Amino acid sequence: MSTALAERVSAASGPQAPSRAGRPGGAARRRRLAPQWFLAPALLFYAIVVLYPSVAGGYYAFTDWAGGAEANFIGLDNFREMLDDQAAVASLRNTLLIAVSLTVVQSGLGLLLALALNSAIRARNLLRTLFFAPMMMPPVIVGLLWQYIYTPGGPLDTALGALGLGGLIQSWLGSSDIALWSIIASVIWHHVGMSMVIFLAGLQGIPWELYEAAALDGAGKLRQFLSVTWPLLGQAITIATALTMTSSLKLFDQVFVMTGGGPGVSTQTLSLIMYREAFVYGEYGYGSAIALVLTMIVAFIVFLQMSITRRGEVDA
Amino acid sequence: MSATATRIATSAVTATAAPRRRRFRHGYGRPLLEVAMIPITIAYLFPLYIMVSMSFKTTSEIASSTVAPPQSLFLGNYETAWVSAGLGRAMLNSLLITAVSITIAVLIGAMAAFAIVRGNRRTSTWKLMLFLLGLMIPGQLGMVPLYILMRDAGLLQTHASLIIFYVGSLMPMTVFLYTGFLKTQSPTYEEAAKIDGAGWWKAFFHVVFPLLRPVTGTVIIVNTINTWNDFLTPLLYLAGTENRTLPVAVFSFQGEFASEWGLIFAGMMIAALPVLIVYFFLQRHVIQGFAGGLKG
Repeated sequence: MSTALAERVSAASGPQAPSRAGRPGGAARRRRLAPQWFLAPALLFYAIVVLYPSVAGGYYAFTDWAGGAEANFIGLDNFREMLDDQAAVASLRNTLLIAVSLTVVQSGLGLLLALALNSAIRARNLLRTLFFAPMMMPPVIVGLLWQYIYTPGGPLDTALGALGLGGLIQSWLGSSDIALWSIIASVIWHHVGMSMVIFLAGLQGIPWELYEAAALDGAGKLRQFLSVTWPLLGQAITIATALTMTSSLKLFDQVFVMTGGGPGVSTQTLSLIMYREAFVYGEYGYGSAIALVLTMIVAFIVFLQMSITRRGEVDA
Repeated sequence: MSATATRIATSAVTATAAPRRRRFRHGYGRPLLEVAMIPITIAYLFPLYIMVSMSFKTTSEIASSTVAPPQSLFLGNYETAWVSAGLGRAMLNSLLITAVSITIAVLIGAMAAFAIVRGNRRTSTWKLMLFLLGLMIPGQLGMVPLYILMRDAGLLQTHASLIIFYVGSLMPMTVFLYTGFLKTQSPTYEEAAKIDGAGWWKAFFHVVFPLLRPVTGTVIIVNTINTWNDFLTPLLYLAGTENRTLPVAVFSFQGEFASEWGLIFAGMMIAALPVLIVYFFLQRHVIQGFAGGLKG
């Protein structure tokens, strides 16, 4: 924006300036503290990598483009095809199942861990560090690690046998009934530290005096949790569940490494079949349609979660 | 704060008693909880133990037991992974791509935040919203067009393709963190610099950027970990080339060295250790960065 234009803009909004209490002319001066072209490099990279490709991808979702010169607009055909595609339907179901169960279980365990490690127990700082540590590992490495742990006769089976729980041994990744849950368990192991840390930050933001007062009023531990902790954790619960839900909807690395979607279609996810359709089969249009469905679900969940959890929140 | 909470808070002020606090904190539940945490922690650390112990085991040790600790500190797996399997080169690729991407992202992200927060105030919310939109859009939506763009530009299989990708995709989080912080700072210093006749660059480098230092730490930590650990995009752009990053290289071990698990685990350790070591030194900053980064 040119200086002349900037001045015209600031002059046009002049009447607002006096409202900036005790700082006559402050608003006009502040407006000129940074040049607009400072935004340009960031916007350029962001537009090339995120904005343009996302818009283009949204368009390709309605075409039959398969990498050649021609991309014909075919309306909703790709989405109709998804309904008849057994792998696509299974991946939609699995993706939602993963997102819901990961969010519930991981947030629940994360909250329990945070409550335990927010108390005055010994080694709590060391335990916090340890439980957050897997978050630092590349997801693909965690996938390889758990793939090995789950191998028949591998570490998990050996450990269960040694504990006298041999009866629980399963074909962890080989059975289409169990494989999805095995993957979910490994992702919880990987990410539970993140939920824990968000809840710990939330718990530490609750004034200690509230518990003291509640205790004086005769409230037991459970009553204190329900009347003080839970309502004041609203913000942390929103953040932790929204983050877990959106990231687990996009789950790719661990599934790609551990099962590749199998056995059959029992662990297919939307991001997995999107990758396969687009980059293995070259079905760019169909792949983009799957990506658009994923985008709509993520957007829907974000809005749903915001409106639901915000309502129950207490402004702390 | 709700009415109940306020009432509780008020009664707390009138009834604080130090000895009570101590008794409350060290309640009878504590030893029980400590005992309960022991098996939970052991179970949680079991996968990490497997990863470390496997990387030091010989093939015959692995064959006899997958759980038993290694007999000696056998380093052969690391040697093979580093030298013959080319992880040294992959490590250099990862370091180069991460360092260049983060440096550019920090610089232009801070500039953008400066322009958004201290620029035209009427449009600042819209500019910020435009960047925040990127936090919601899954990368999958733009994956095909971006791949085609990189291919047509002749950038596939080069470091540059990934650096461009990371700088662009890190912008939403980076701009979000920087604007959130800059909004809480008074513009006094920048105004003073302006009055003293400092140009845009001078004001930015000598006043604004130093001011942003606390949040720059968070930006570097969060972005570095996400970039270093990324897998899908480097797989798409760099798989099968000399330029591949550590996670891609280690993933390809699985196919190249079918069941040589000792070697694969040494590779996994090499890929995971750099970040883990930094984490154990800077743990408080890292944890605060992740927790605080989200709250903004």
